[in-house]
Formats: sequence, structure tokens, C-alpha cells
Amino acid sequence: MSLNDLIFLLPEIILATGASLLLIAPVTGLRDSISAKWAMIALLIITAGSLLACSWAVPGMEQTAGFARMFALDAFSIFFKLLFLFVVAIVVLLSDDFLRESRYSTWEYYSLLGFALCGMMFMASGVHLATIYIGLELLSLSSYILAGYYKNEQKSTEAAMKYFVLGAVSSAILLYGISLIYGVCGTLNLLDIARALSTVVSNDALMFGVILLACGLCFKIAAAPFHVWTPDVYEGAPTPITAFLSTGSKAAAFAIFVRIFYVALPGFHLDWSMVLATVAALSMIVGNLAAITQESVKRLLAYSSIAHAGYVLMGIVAMNVMGLRGVLVYSFVYVFANLGIWSIVLMMKRHEYAGEKVSDFEGLHSRSPFWAFSMFVFLLSLGGIPPTAGFIGKYFLFYAAVQAGFGWLAIIAVLMSAVSMFYYLRIVVAMYLRDGKEADVTASGALKFVAAVCVVATIVFGVVPNDLIDQVSSSAKGLHNKGAVTRNATR
Amino acid sequence: MANYSVLLVAALIVLSVPVLTLFIITPLIRASRANKVKLEPYECGVPASSLAFDHRFSVRYFLIAVLFIVFDVETVFLFPWAIRFKQLGLFGAVEMAVFLAILLIGYFYAWKRKVLSWV
Repeated sequence: MSLNDLIFLLPEIILATGASLLLIAPVTGLRDSISAKWAMIALLIITAGSLLACSWAVPGMEQTAGFARMFALDAFSIFFKLLFLFVVAIVVLLSDDFLRESRYSTWEYYSLLGFALCGMMFMASGVHLATIYIGLELLSLSSYILAGYYKNEQKSTEAAMKYFVLGAVSSAILLYGISLIYGVCGTLNLLDIARALSTVVSNDALMFGVILLACGLCFKIAAAPFHVWTPDVYEGAPTPITAFLSTGSKAAAFAIFVRIFYVALPGFHLDWSMVLATVAALSMIVGNLAAITQESVKRLLAYSSIAHAGYVLMGIVAMNVMGLRGVLVYSFVYVFANLGIWSIVLMMKRHEYAGEKVSDFEGLHSRSPFWAFSMFVFLLSLGGIPPTAGFIGKYFLFYAAVQAGFGWLAIIAVLMSAVSMFYYLRIVVAMYLRDGKEADVTASGALKFVAAVCVVATIVFGVVPNDLIDQVSSSAKGLHNKGAVTRNATR
Repeated sequence: MANYSVLLVAALIVLSVPVLTLFIITPLIRASRANKVKLEPYECGVPASSLAFDHRFSVRYFLIAVLFIVFDVETVFLFPWAIRFKQLGLFGAVEMAVFLAILLIGYFYAWKRKVLSWV
């Protein structure tokens, strides 16, 4: 290790130090002199700046050289890290009202968000299963606490408990899978695993390890047989944290999913692709069908997020350039649509909780047409209807699946997208065609700002996606070259 | 495959020990003189004041457990460092200082939040 290595880690070091300071701020004199929110936003800006500076400094060095080849600062990780920073910044803006009303300590809340972000950044950069696992645990442990931040609310505590117990089990499964892979390959570095596996023809212990690994990861992205925690946790957690879980932590889990399977296990694509294709199909079917009957908006969006995990899994199953780009594009556009929806849900505040029922949205159009229209745009984007950004993401994923010979999976995806439009349009019908009972859209400036940014981004990336696609292509390139073995090569 | 069958036999033997002693051998050879005192959860000579589940136990015990784990894990990392102290040199010392500093931040926070004072 040398000082050069520290350049790879500088953004994470800054972030971790800052989060620690946020933690001890309330017990020292700092509490009264500055506001927690602005301290957190300043920390995020500094981290983003150092990340850009480091990414500019690093290209001369070997990309996976950092810390004994455990940490990479490549275009792929920078893409995801900037996305995570954006998500957390938005979540900070969304949390404002919740923290003011709940009167729980704001410093610890932002500190935990900072640690969660740090874990996500390690996940995006990890090229070693140990780094990836540690990052994942840092994210998960912070999320468990954040999910239970409504301490006096039974639902929130229940959500945190369920999330914790199931999360711990899935982490154990993941670790078992990692240990089996280590047993077969003798290394945890993803590139070395790929190299070690190039001489292995077939191996039961390895396949068992890969399946356990996939199970653990599927839990984290909430894919179908491992999805049961999702509705309860999303419903019980404070709404800003639900927004965080459904965008940030999900995107982070996709990042490691992609990296592990594209870099370390391309040689065994034929073996695991069928397993993951089944999981993807199940997620799309279960998520979309279960969402139809939900009355609670939070549960509806939880099931829809299960379905979206299925769509993204198609990109991993396909294992080609289109699929890789699809995963990145979809993570990107999904973040905007979803954060936008959560900001509108927060605007529809009724009592303790934010706009809980689908019926809460009745008559939104007559009260505040612009926010109703924004919600409409976000829902169209989730459904994948052309003028919005969601269409671009789905286009990539479906095309990738067809290209890779998974036509049946693409057909299921298209059918299930049609089903999903039914329950998205239920909210639209409530907004535009029904009369509302109460007129209380309590929107603070921050919420309005978030919703406006998201609606503009959703439309702009939908109409002129070229810049996004170029960016994603260059981010994805490094990863796929490193993977080297494509599906065609394994045939 | 032969190695694994040995493992299986060993596992069976290990499993059979508690099963045999708890459920088969002990009931056969033990003296059975059950009376009220014998059947109490704690046979200590003092009459029990109430049933076990009537009492609430202090949540502080949980805290002690958590703090124990924190410092226990700390020691787990300190031992290998101490053994290889010379080889790791300055780098190891700095790394360890960072690690301890991170733990101390948490400890400091808990202390200042009056988590540790309950008497």
C-alpha cells in the first residue's frame, strides 16, 4: 500500500470522516452553531468534488490497483457513485419535513445516511468479494436503523425488525456462497476468480456457491422468491427512507450484482442464466400481479419495485453489451421517476404518514394540476411509455433479452408491463377523474424542487437520451472488456 | 467419498450423545423424588417471590451485551496486530490507530448521550 492508494479512497475517507463528525456533533458544541441539513449537503458536495478530482487523477494508474486490487475507481463505479450521491442529496431534501415533525434527532439521521452512502460507494467500487460484502453490510446496518427511525410508531419498529432479521439471514447466505466460491477458486478478487474458473469445466460446489450468492443478492434487490420483506418494510419505514431504500440501496445492489456476474462469472453464464431468468420472470409476475389489489400507495410501489427488479435482472441474464447498458440506464431513469413519485407522496401528507391510500390522490388535478401532471409523468416512466425516460431503459433491457435468446423472458416482461400500466393508471384515474374530499397539498420548497427536477429529468432523458446513452456506454465499456468472455464465447 | 462417510459417522455419534443422555439414560437411572421445592426453577433455598415472566429485566443488560461485543471484536483485531507488530511496522500502527479512533468515536457518542450512566 502506498499513498497513491489513498487517492482511490479519498472520497470515501472524506465521507466517513464527515459522517463521524455528524454523529458526534450533537454531543459537542457544534449542535447549535450549524444546521444538520446544510452540514450534510456540504459534506455531499465535498465528497462529489473529491470524487471527480480523484477520477481525473486516477486514469494513469492501473484501475484495479487500489488496496491490493480490492478497490477500483473505474468509469462504472464513478457512474454509480455520482448516482448514489444524487439520491442521498435528494433524500436529504425529502427528509426535511419528516425530521421537523417527528422531532427525532436530525444529526444521527444524516450521519446514518452518510454511512449508508459510504457503504454504497464501496459496493460500487469493490472488485473483491470482501470489499463488496463489507460495503453491503455497512449499507444494510445503517438502513435497518433508518427504517426504524419512527421509534414510537409500531409499524416502523416492525419494519426495522423484519428488515434486520431477514437481512441478517440473507447476508449469512451470501457469505456462505462467497466462502464456497473461495473454496473453489482460492481467491476473492473478481478478476482472479474469472481466471481461476477459465480452467474449471463444471463444479457442483461452485454452482452451489453461485446460487447462494445469487440468493443473497436477490434478497437485496427484492427479487421474487426473496421479496416478502419489501412491502412491510417500505410501508413501515419513514417515507424518505422508503425512497432511499427503493432507489439508492437498490441501485447499489444492482451495481454489485452486475459486477460480480459480468466480471467474475461470465464463463458459467450458461449455468446461472437460466436460474436468474426464472427469478426475473417470477419477480415480474409476482410483483405486478400483487400490486394490482393494493390500496396503500407505499405497498403498491413496493410491489412495483419488485417487478422492476425483475426487469433489471433481464439485463444481467442477457449478459451482453446491451444488457449491461440497460442495467445502468434503467437504474438511472428509475431513480428519477421513483424519487419524483415519493416527493409527490410526501406532498400529499395527511396525518402522521404521507399520502398513504390511492384514494388520497383523488382530485389532485383540480387542486394542483402541475403536481398531478408530474405524478402522471413519473407513473408513465415507471410503466415505460415512450416520451418518458423509462421507455429508454426498458427498450435496452428488452432488446438485450431478445438479442441473447431470451425471447420468452422479453414476452413476459412486455405482458407484465401492460399489467403494470393498469395499477399505475389507477392512481392517474384517481387524480384526474375523481373528486377530492380534502384540499391539503402541503408542499415545502424542497419537495417542490425535487419533484420539478425529477419531472424535467424524466422528460428530457426520454426525449433526448443521446447524452445519457453515450455516458452509459463509456461507463459500461470498461466492465465488459474486463469480463472479456461474452455469451457467444462460451458457446 | 470415504472421508465424508467418516464425517457422517462422527456427526451421528455427536448427535447421539445428548439424545441418549437427556432422553434415555438419565430418565432410566435417576432417582425420581419430585416435590414442590425440587420443581422450582431455582433450587436455592429461598422461596421464589413470583414467576419468572412477571418480571421485567432492565434493557441495560442489552446495552452491556452490545458494548461487550464492540470491545470483544476490537480485541480480536488487536491480537493479530500485536503478534505481528514488528513486521507491520508504522503502517500497522497507523491502521490500528485509525481503527481504534473509529471505535472511540462510537464510544464517545454513547458516553455523551448518557447511555452509560444509569445508577
